[in-house]
Amino acid sequence: MSENIYKPYLMEIEQVVEETPDVRTFRLKFKNSEEAEKFSFKAGQFGEYSVFGEGESTFCVASSPTRKGYIECTFRKAGRVTKALANLEVGDTVGFRGPYGNTFPIEEWEGKNLLYIAGGIALPPMRCVIWNTIDLREKYKDITIVYGARSVSDLVYKHELKDWAERPDVKLITTVDPGGQTPDWKGEVGFVPMVLEKVAPSSENTIAILCGPPVMIKFTMPVLKKLGFQDKDIYTTLENRMKCGFGKCGRCNVGKVFVCKDGPVFSYEQILTLPEEY
Amino acid sequence: MENSRKLIRKQSLEKLYNNLSVSRKVYAPVVAPDKQIEYKYNPGFSDVTFDHIRSTLSVKNVVFPKVENLFYYTNSKTESTVKDIDLNNIPEVVLWGAHPCDNAAFDILRSIFCWDIKDEFFQKRLDKLVVIGLACHSSDEYCFCTSVGLAPDSARGSDILLSRLQGGDYQADILTEKGEYIVNSNKDLFENVSGEKIVLTSVKQKFSHEQVTGKLAEAFEHPFWIENSLRCIGCGACAYVCPTCACFDIQDETRGKEGKRYRSWDSCGFGLFTLHTSGHNPRHVQSQRWRQRIMHKFSYMPERNESLGCVGCGRCSSGCPVDMNIAEQLEALQNI
Repeated sequence: MSENIYKPYLMEIEQVVEETPDVRTFRLKFKNSEEAEKFSFKAGQFGEYSVFGEGESTFCVASSPTRKGYIECTFRKAGRVTKALANLEVGDTVGFRGPYGNTFPIEEWEGKNLLYIAGGIALPPMRCVIWNTIDLREKYKDITIVYGARSVSDLVYKHELKDWAERPDVKLITTVDPGGQTPDWKGEVGFVPMVLEKVAPSSENTIAILCGPPVMIKFTMPVLKKLGFQDKDIYTTLENRMKCGFGKCGRCNVGKVFVCKDGPVFSYEQILTLPEEY
Repeated sequence: MENSRKLIRKQSLEKLYNNLSVSRKVYAPVVAPDKQIEYKYNPGFSDVTFDHIRSTLSVKNVVFPKVENLFYYTNSKTESTVKDIDLNNIPEVVLWGAHPCDNAAFDILRSIFCWDIKDEFFQKRLDKLVVIGLACHSSDEYCFCTSVGLAPDSARGSDILLSRLQGGDYQADILTEKGEYIVNSNKDLFENVSGEKIVLTSVKQKFSHEQVTGKLAEAFEHPFWIENSLRCIGCGACAYVCPTCACFDIQDETRGKEGKRYRSWDSCGFGLFTLHTSGHNPRHVQSQRWRQRIMHKFSYMPERNESLGCVGCGRCSSGCPVDMNIAEQLEALQNI
């Protein structure tokens, strides 16, 4: 990157996937091939995506570093920047700064079972590490994914859910909130914490990775504890508001940490040392 | 280099000021028509004050402007281009007559902007800055530099520190190579010291910052924060006048197809500062935001930046519309 740390790379939108009525996934490729060559990232890192004239918005890189030549991001139309992003089409330009932040310690997880638990729009920050570990499948034991959304139409990555469901080496449990099911829905009906309790995955030699809205985290944590998970074996990503992405603008400061520098990935053991300002 | 001490006559200051103005911008304090003290670029020497206690705003904008352009862009739907800012255009600036509290803040700002990735916008401005400080010969009830490890004649952050002598001339402590360069370029204006005494104010110590920092480690859940911030209206004035507050926002501004992305001063005292798009706000009430301000300066920064986030200038208290006095609060906090 140039010495101007605020200057973004120019990226071309190569593909747009309409995940749900208000969620899109963009595949982005570098306009400048030299920048593409130099760029690398790891699972868990994030970036600042911009529409010039509207501003920047923070999302995790949603694609796996094992898939070269592009990055993907998934976002919900919610604020000024994401609404402007959603109006863009294939061939249009966006800005990207990154990668920023720490990473999921997937090397430390080698030889263990992985339990991914995500709710709603929180699957995207986990998709990167899910594909990363599936692409390195022989290094991990059982991979289980529990994913829930309000309704069937709110489930993101529908094609990939189908792929994961069909793979013999991944156990996928999908659920929708009561009332969110369609007549042909074959998954579970119920909130993520209840479904998790019912599925009751073993905590033996297992790492749990948890991402979701605060209310889901609040009710899922006791279930994980009941299943015997230790705080140090539970990971999540914090999603504090950010502007700069490198520990200067002050927004994501929680206690002594900057979520953008020390996170976004934290073990639950670390989270317990922070004031509840996330 | 070895620090050295010289004397400069009162009547030579104008010559020095004018010499410095030839190749640099000089940023100096003047008394505005409304009696407020403000720093201006290149005021005439006769307008420059040597008797101010504190300017309304700090001088941090010489290294961290209120609004700083980060780059320019052109934007049509399919074609966007980005044009960098030429940092070589940043001018050389002499900060003239700023007090030790303000000058100590540059180091603190550097600990924020240049830990980890270096912020070149800040660093270039700091590199091109020469600070001619002025030790304080007067102070008021808002001053508390001595409570945060500084003093009316602290040298930290100054390249040359002037102190008024009893007869009205000035003692010049030459503290850095930048300062030495200026003295060497104006040799005829500096004389050997005479032994005359300097006029220095005394500032009463109100609290011990070590004790405050120690107390804060256990005070997060204390009712103190709510009790002491009920009157806070969250206006952010404390952050805008503060020499060390560095939180900023980033925004775009477009006219037609051309625009710029800039950063501008912000404050952790605003509810919008941490508000998520979802509506969730980690610091949703004012007492949490007041606590963040104090915690950041007196607990998080000493650990993270190895530097207190306060220089005791007193501006946040003198400028507060509801008279919240940080020194009084820290004094009270020390005893909870």
